[in-house]
Amino acid sequence: MPAAEATTPTIRKTALNATHRAMAAKMVEFNGWDMPVEYPSAGGIIAEHNAVRTGVGVFDVSHMGDIRLSGAQALEAVQHISMNDASRLAIGQAQYSALLYPQGTFVDDVIVHRLGDKEYLLVINAGTREKDFNWVRDNTRQFNCRVENLSDDFTQIAIQGPRGVDLLQKVTDADLSGVKFYWVTHGTVCGLKDILIARTGYTGEDGFEIYVPSDEATSAMVWNKVLEAGKEFGVLPCGLGARNTLRLESKLPLYGHEISDTINVWEAGLDRFCKMEKPKFVGRDALEKAKSEGIKRTLVGLEMVERGIARDGYKVLDEGGREIGYVTSGSYAPFLKKNIALAYVPPELAGLGATLKVEIRGQGVKAQVAPTPFYRRPKKAKH
Amino acid sequence: MAYPSDRKYTKEHEWIKAEGKNATIGITDYAQQSLGDIVFVELPKVGAEIAAGKAFGTVESVKAVSDLYAPASGTVTEVNAELATAPEKINKDAHGAWMLKITLKNPDELASLLSAKDYEKFVSEEGGQ
Repeated sequence: MPAAEATTPTIRKTALNATHRAMAAKMVEFNGWDMPVEYPSAGGIIAEHNAVRTGVGVFDVSHMGDIRLSGAQALEAVQHISMNDASRLAIGQAQYSALLYPQGTFVDDVIVHRLGDKEYLLVINAGTREKDFNWVRDNTRQFNCRVENLSDDFTQIAIQGPRGVDLLQKVTDADLSGVKFYWVTHGTVCGLKDILIARTGYTGEDGFEIYVPSDEATSAMVWNKVLEAGKEFGVLPCGLGARNTLRLESKLPLYGHEISDTINVWEAGLDRFCKMEKPKFVGRDALEKAKSEGIKRTLVGLEMVERGIARDGYKVLDEGGREIGYVTSGSYAPFLKKNIALAYVPPELAGLGATLKVEIRGQGVKAQVAPTPFYRRPKKAKH
Repeated sequence: MAYPSDRKYTKEHEWIKAEGKNATIGITDYAQQSLGDIVFVELPKVGAEIAAGKAFGTVESVKAVSDLYAPASGTVTEVNAELATAPEKINKDAHGAWMLKITLKNPDELASLLSAKDYEKFVSEEGGQ
């Protein structure tokens, strides 16, 4: 497994911490944050997961960080530090991207939002907040551009699932039908003016992430109003447990698991978000070289054939029992009702349908290389 | 939660209900609550020997993997096969969804286990349920 992140001395809390506790959420430490893993009295992980697949679920994701780059050379700066092509973004558009080390491995994966002509917002992971900010600041010094850490300014609430749009429309004056997936808008939400509304998420479903002021009273007001508005759609509050199983079914990478400072873009299979036609960005030279050399491991989906659940860090074996790789994430998949995993294995053993084994408590348990994403949301008619 | 007084409990959150030399084993309501949605149970086969205090199987929720510890020593005479395909029964009724039936090697071993009342006190101190 990748090296552990530097630990944070104190446990941090989001502005909704007391609200979660009042709802009897089960709290766990995640990357230095005291976060709800599930809300047992509301349903628990499986019910939460399926609410997002079939209706709507609401998550507190305020532990995510936010970095703003603005000024004359903001685009040049973003282009230099990220692997996707931010020059393609219209104002109000967002893209999945990543920050890379010169070795072509991951500092973090990010969503880049273009908020204005020369204004970009990078949404980053909780466990990598400080590292990311320092890295972005240090690697953009040559540009005429301001870099601000806005991580503590927002309570970020994700409203996810096919009914997410209906829920959010009840509490905002913004016309959500005009906001396409991976686009943003601003509007009044729960009476708060000029709130950033992004049609993004980490669940494999349609949905929104809203960014509201991070004081406790405002955050709790929005959280409660959103849940109230969602009652008619069967909304559930959802914790990090469901967030993890949802992203796993959809093969969305998690930092420290599928991507890390020792895994490169080609291994992680994120080629389509890496624009090598950009003449220069941090990590590009190493990636060019890595591509010509070929990869030694690749990320595959596994579906357990025999009884057993593959877990993060378990060994992957070939049919003969020889160790060939490791599991990066694995779980029971609540919507698919299967035991699934993501794993790094040598490309020559990664063919679809290939039989491999996962070592579970000393036993080789049969698994099959499966198509990914394991789950793809049904296409809906455009608004 | 009232814990049935017809059985004994371990600090690892298993229950055992004995009738003479025969006993039934499962996990407690507190255990199922702590685990969350249970999605997998691995149990020994009929004929297997289990030893007091030693792991005899595994229970997994969506998030967690947990060992099961034998409350007493004995030979497995029956396994609740239903749990292989419907492990969620443990969440619904932990004190009804038994896992194993065993023949006790030494029924006196149960004397050292917790009564319902003591177990209830133990979990209220441990987890504040």
